Amino acid sequence: MTDTLRSLAFGALTTLLGIAPAGCASAAPAPPAPSPVAKAAPEPPAPEAPAPSAVPKPAEVAFPSSYQPLPSPPVLITNATLLTATGDRIARGSILLRDGKVVAVGASLDAPAGATVVDGTGKWVTPGIIDPHSHLGVYAAPGVEANADGNEATNPNTAEVWAEHSVWPQDPQFPLALAGGVTTMQILPGSANLFGGRSVTVKNVPARGVYAMKFPGAPYGLKMACGENPKRVYGGKGRSPATRMGNVAGYRAAWIKAREYMEKWDRYEARKKSGKEPAPGGREAEPPARDLQLDTLAGVLRGEILVQNHCYRADEMLTMIDVAKEFGYKVTAFHHAVEAYKIADVLAANGICADMWADWWGFKMEAFDGIRENIALVEKAGACAIVHSDSADGIQRLNQEAGKAMAAGNRMGMHLKEEDAIRWLTINPARSLGIEKQTGTLEAGKMADVVLWSGNPFSVYSRAEKVYIDGALMYDRNDPAHQPEMDFELGIRDAGEGQ
Amino acid sequence: MRRSISIFLLSLSILAGVAGPTLAEPPAIIAITGARIHTQGPQGTIQNGTLVIENGRIRAVGGPATTVPAGARRIDAHGKVVTPGLFDSLSTLGVVEVGAVDGTRDGRVEDDRVTAAFNVADGLNPRSVLIPVNRIEGLTRAVVVPVPGKSLIAGQGVVITLGGPGDFLVRSPIAMFAVFGERGAGLAGGSRAAALLRLKEAFQDALDYATNRKAFDAGDRRSYALSRLDLEALLPVVKGTLPLAVAVDRASDIETVLRFAKEWKLKLILSGVTEGWKVADQIAAAKVPVLVNPMENRPDSFESLGATLENAARLHKAGVTFAFVTGDAHNARNLKQAAGNAVAYGLPWDAALEAMTAAPARIWGIADHYGTLETGKDADVVIWSGDPLELATFADAVFIRGKEMPMKSRQTELRDRYKDLGGAVPLAYRKP
Repeated sequence: MTDTLRSLAFGALTTLLGIAPAGCASAAPAPPAPSPVAKAAPEPPAPEAPAPSAVPKPAEVAFPSSYQPLPSPPVLITNATLLTATGDRIARGSILLRDGKVVAVGASLDAPAGATVVDGTGKWVTPGIIDPHSHLGVYAAPGVEANADGNEATNPNTAEVWAEHSVWPQDPQFPLALAGGVTTMQILPGSANLFGGRSVTVKNVPARGVYAMKFPGAPYGLKMACGENPKRVYGGKGRSPATRMGNVAGYRAAWIKAREYMEKWDRYEARKKSGKEPAPGGREAEPPARDLQLDTLAGVLRGEILVQNHCYRADEMLTMIDVAKEFGYKVTAFHHAVEAYKIADVLAANGICADMWADWWGFKMEAFDGIRENIALVEKAGACAIVHSDSADGIQRLNQEAGKAMAAGNRMGMHLKEEDAIRWLTINPARSLGIEKQTGTLEAGKMADVVLWSGNPFSVYSRAEKVYIDGALMYDRNDPAHQPEMDFELGIRDAGEGQ
Repeated sequence: MRRSISIFLLSLSILAGVAGPTLAEPPAIIAITGARIHTQGPQGTIQNGTLVIENGRIRAVGGPATTVPAGARRIDAHGKVVTPGLFDSLSTLGVVEVGAVDGTRDGRVEDDRVTAAFNVADGLNPRSVLIPVNRIEGLTRAVVVPVPGKSLIAGQGVVITLGGPGDFLVRSPIAMFAVFGERGAGLAGGSRAAALLRLKEAFQDALDYATNRKAFDAGDRRSYALSRLDLEALLPVVKGTLPLAVAVDRASDIETVLRFAKEWKLKLILSGVTEGWKVADQIAAAKVPVLVNPMENRPDSFESLGATLENAARLHKAGVTFAFVTGDAHNARNLKQAAGNAVAYGLPWDAALEAMTAAPARIWGIADHYGTLETGKDADVVIWSGDPLELATFADAVFIRGKEMPMKSRQTELRDRYKDLGGAVPLAYRKP
């Protein structure tokens, strides 16, 4: 939505969207004495894992995930084509889900007692689709100004805002994405700012508050934006950044401050840990003043928060790689990487994912060089290729977007198969969100986030029939009892039809 | 004086439409053989079919026994599918190059004086890079529409081919385009009711003007809500000869516009119609054709709360005539994906193809020469690698008015430059 400048013609076709005015993001009061300086566990911590330091990480104290999988009997899907997203395709295979996990995948499995057996004959099974770029909930439907909560476009650096504080869990677009097989998504702030704020990764489950959707243990992301959007928004207000060089100066100035902040906290913590008395009036006597903006940026420098960088043009991506090197952080993924094909080798060498559309192009200058083969060429270079949506329409049909991308690659002579393309929708985005150990493939021990498709998921005619999240049936196309309906939708579709 | 300019302008655009192309090349005969041909006409679907193209037109179409003239160039299309070239009934092709770059956009006027008289034809660029990008994927024709600026009446749209310069404008104007619903209300001071009043006022003024031109020119007539140019342009709409295409989504708005059109005896077309399925019987009874994007399924405004992927299937079941649209330019090529989704949600496959070929031909009044594969019609023909609605299918060959299109675009050139990275020489020297 933040990038949808596509000028469409009429009525419902009209979604000419600029940068929406932002609501009031207020930082909720944090529990006592959280500190930004706790050392991160090297891997995403399990939800029940104790914090590794005496000082809890703010992310674990403030707004923790309260997500609980729904209880579910074991489920055995039999005789289906399985795309495991590990590179394999299993014809006439079975998959067993139990206690929220994938238990086994194979040619033939026995149903445990009490299991629900689903005949998958003629159908396909994949991991749940993961969209690493969504604005559901922060730009909820209906798209009225009152629901536009995705861009805190008041300062080029709003690293202090958190997308989860804007997410409206009653957005009726969540169930539409679920019907498209999406089990997990990253919800990001918009791209008006150089630093847009923190993203949140959620399970696509109905909830009364966003915290019951939060993916347990998923690291936060920091939304950054290159190019046209920040310079347009702030240049238009007569302030910096008004140019791309202004953008880069803005990133660098912020990282310099963030490093100072981090080092202040490091000195304080080191002194405290050492047990030494601080020098009277010394710098390490009192904890530094906490700053929400710098908390997030320091989290990036510590490797706890992943950089999700909106960046279209190849040359700008190269610049951002250098900015990251200058300040010692890593870009996890470039989003809207329309020109990724021009630097696919560099992305591969630097281990950076490219989040791409199958065919969006031309809606603005920095999208003018979009080509259908972008995703396939990134795959060909051995880099991490991802299909993302940035769209409440696209998120419903990510399988179709991948289908188009696969077809384009094959038309130019590649030999891409379904077992390759499924990775663009599952394990690769999982990796870009730091949740690849928990979900994204059909492997024993992984979360049972699973989609049963009516046919080949890359066919335009196929539809998700059943969607399981942590083993629970959250959506069933043939059973209204398993089709969530948001509060907003109640009584609205047939309102007034009394006669 | 000013009136004569308007007549001159109008006749110019009519002439441009009538003039049509002249095929410079000597007539070559092309025979496509062995294909499954979806004629969309009385011959239905032909297995192992032959289609002969001569002099820009279809010379013959039939089964394997169809006579192929000696010297014809044969294209073996066994295992392939042949359809008419696809038609997007609502696009901004040719009037936009880069969406967010103002200087490349000519589909919208922000001047609230010039409205009905605004015709996109004179701003069209047949050399737009968007044209090859879309035509190599099987799109051969489109309606180009004005985008509403500050007026309820956006202006006049046209039908084009994607054949490039010299083979571009098929008919101008094709319809007058207007908005109602939320957008219309916003342009009319804040209420749908006011929007309807404005339309009525404009129509009444047009009629008054038509019978009092002399008095008006002499400065002896009351002032009108619209300019003289706009009143002239509206007259064929008021007289029911030029269709009025109204963008409308909410079921109640559709009902309002249907009533209005009946009262004024207009030739009405509805576009958008997200909630059309709710009033499908009324639309069918009024014999009003509609333009839909079958992928619109979100309650993204209060006028599309009833949006559903089954809209097209339900309209079809109710007997409504409809054509598919993208409302896009850069990705008008995804029209066939939209059609595929309509099929996934209940629309018969043939009806989906019809909504991109024969149906728009009828709706826009060009069925005499386009829309089906029949002898004598323009040879807008696509050879597909398979089912054209499938995502994995691509166009093998595209003919527009019999002329084979080069399967090249700015995008294929970018692809070919970058498909193999590396080498010492900068890629700028690699010219595909």
